[in-house]
Amino acid sequence: MTAVTNRNAYASDELQAIYDQTVDFVAHEVVPHGDLWEVEGRVPRDVLKRMGDLGMFSLRVPVEHGGLGLGMLASATFAEALGTSTFGGFEATVLVHTDMALPHLLNSGTPEQLGRWLPSILAGDTVLSIGVTEPDAGSDVAGLRTRAVRDGDGWRIDGRKTFITNAVYGDLVILAARTDPDDRYGISMFLIPTDTEGFSVASKLDKHGWRCSDTAELALDDVWLPDDALLGTVHRGFHETMRNFQNERMVLIGMGVGASQVALDLTTAYCADRKAFGGRLADLGAIRQRLAMRQAEVDAVRASMYHAAWLGDQGLDNVREMSGVKALGAEVVNRVMYDCLQFHGGMGYMRESTIERMHRDARILPIGGGATEVMLEEVAKRSF
Amino acid sequence: MNVVVCVKQIPDPADPGALDPETRTLKRDVKLILDESDSYGVEMGLQLVDAAGEGEVRLVSMAPNNEVSGLRTALAMGAESAVLVSDEALAGSDALSTAKVLAAAIARCEPDLVLAATESSDGYTGTVPVQVAELMDLPSVTFGKEITVEGGTATVKRQTEAGYDEVECPLPCVVSVTAGVVEPRYPSFKGIMAAKNKPVEELDLAGLGIDPTTVGWAGARQEITEIAEAPAREAGEVIVDEGDAHERILAFLDDLKVL
Ligand SMILES: Cc1cc2nc3c(=O)[nH]c(=O)nc-3n(C[C@H](O)[C@H](O)[C@H](O)COP(=O)(O)OP(=O)(O)OC[C@H]3O[C@@H](n4cnc5c(N)ncnc54)[C@H](O)[C@@H]3O)c2cc1C
Ligand SMILES: Cc1cc2nc3c(=O)[nH]c(=O)nc-3n(C[C@H](O)[C@H](O)[C@H](O)COP(=O)(O)OP(=O)(O)OC[C@H]3O[C@@H](n4cnc5c(N)ncnc54)[C@H](O)[C@@H]3O)c2cc1C
Repeated sequence: MTAVTNRNAYASDELQAIYDQTVDFVAHEVVPHGDLWEVEGRVPRDVLKRMGDLGMFSLRVPVEHGGLGLGMLASATFAEALGTSTFGGFEATVLVHTDMALPHLLNSGTPEQLGRWLPSILAGDTVLSIGVTEPDAGSDVAGLRTRAVRDGDGWRIDGRKTFITNAVYGDLVILAARTDPDDRYGISMFLIPTDTEGFSVASKLDKHGWRCSDTAELALDDVWLPDDALLGTVHRGFHETMRNFQNERMVLIGMGVGASQVALDLTTAYCADRKAFGGRLADLGAIRQRLAMRQAEVDAVRASMYHAAWLGDQGLDNVREMSGVKALGAEVVNRVMYDCLQFHGGMGYMRESTIERMHRDARILPIGGGATEVMLEEVAKRSF
Repeated sequence: MNVVVCVKQIPDPADPGALDPETRTLKRDVKLILDESDSYGVEMGLQLVDAAGEGEVRLVSMAPNNEVSGLRTALAMGAESAVLVSDEALAGSDALSTAKVLAAAIARCEPDLVLAATESSDGYTGTVPVQVAELMDLPSVTFGKEITVEGGTATVKRQTEAGYDEVECPLPCVVSVTAGVVEPRYPSFKGIMAAKNKPVEELDLAGLGIDPTTVGWAGARQEITEIAEAPAREAGEVIVDEGDAHERILAFLDDLKVL
């Protein structure tokens, strides 16, 4: 068992145990193999299957559907614990499945849809993606062009998606498509199995970081789906997707907080060991003070993330708080990685060092799941 | 089949531990966790109950301050219930006192089989399991690496220097198991949530009918007279291969008398 802890005011004994258990799993089942997965550009299915067997995908699933029925605090705890793996690509693979895609099915799925898909999703046999972003629509979600039109007893879908996590090797994409050409927000969500005719991976994208996470550009050419592929209410997909935005923002920062703490621990240990100028790097005031400030910032982000999660679990509006956590947290994580790499010196620039990878993995955080500027606009809208 | 597994809750070995300068014993006022050595006993117990198709695993632990975190981990793995003995008068207990307390608590469970680890990770005197067996007047098998139970008899493979001995022993008996012989399961998330509702019976000395003057500092027959810093590990010898490395390694192993 490791000494990493995430003590916070909202942690129950059970959440603490879930945290410890996840950290333990990651230390034994992920860390020793992650370098190979980075080269292969994917997380092996047997690991996801193993996590499924241990119920690690079931935190947010209602008890009546075989889950634990927990809330945002549990997701934040899980994300922070996964963050200790130091392999952002692995963490993203898992969290897209559990916290960025699955909630849409849980929020909007019919009993038939839940019955059909949930068991294999929880077991790790069906891996999920969320397909919103397009070559011409990222931050401006309402600008998406993929079209779904009524055709017989179903829908015919044409368009392109890009930057879709888990979609190269995954099984089911929850995809946003325009159903009302006259309304900017006339979007609907669909459940598309990746073996559907007309659905294809146009390319497996090559990334700066998160290298063991697979990211796809998708082509949908004349894809026909029966009626029961529609998820939620027709034309209401935009509003329905928004219901999960706070959770998505939170888990990205959760993994960043977990990673930041590991990076700081690695760096303080490195500086305590490294001799220079007749002492240790750790004795140099400039280094001590800078790492201390980064630690204080990480503590602040962690505390505000759990607080915003708690607000959400109380059924209170937390858009300002969580958007702020996303904006601030993503910047803090990058400052942490920058400084930690800096104090590793040349070693930090070497591909073999953990901090070099963590530095690359962190860069996506201010872009994905709501860019910093978009997040700050959410805060500003509620301030002015 | 009912299996009792002794589980010790110890300070996290990942955190630097501290000795109390006055009593020269390990400070235990921190959060305690399940001793990894005992996770093998828990796993073996669960496998034996699975194989038997009936019965359950109960845990027995003696720990200060009514500590349950380590027990919850073992309950999350699948044990059904636990007995925890905590009493201020137990401070200063030596291995024999610990064995007296555990024996009294185990007896209440009327087990078919008692499992413990060969030695704990913090105290590692490796004496408690055999003392428990003696006090309970039960047969004891040590260094168990594999156990099968059939018709009132346990067959145990005992690890030896050369390999293993196969020992048969009538139930009930006490078997201490060697670390690393099975792979302890990860608790599932459901197991973690279920663990909080599993019964933990908390007992003190009065509840067990043990006279407080026979245990703890009052009853200790052992005394730690001196403690010393462990010597720093010496640097190893580096052999650079100049064509004869294999011979030098053989000579080195020969010197150690391991060949
Ligand atoms: C590794 C990776 C994985 C991803 N996984 C998924 C996935 O699984 N599913 C999915 O649907 N999408 C995914 N995405 C897409 C991601 O959500 C988008 O990249 C993100 O929303 C930004 O959109 P964009 O790239 O089109 O940037 P744009 O919208 O073109 O924005 C470019 C930049 O402009 C700035 N900007 C944007 N809007 C504003 C504004 N209003 N005010 C001020 N500045 C602004 C920001 O700095 C932004 O970074 C992933 C992306 C990456 C890189
Ligand atoms: C004079 C003296 C004073 C001491 N004072 C204290 C004190 O104040 N507080 C304190 O906590 N320790 C104290 N100790 C240490 C403590 O008594 C020993 O740790 C304890 O007796 C068990 O010995 P061990 O760990 O060496 O067991 P081992 O024989 O190495 O253990 C083998 C196995 O027996 C089982 N087992 C052992 N102990 C327990 C337990 N408590 N609960 C359940 N199963 C168990 C486990 O399966 C364990 O793996 C003291 C020791 C001495 C000699």
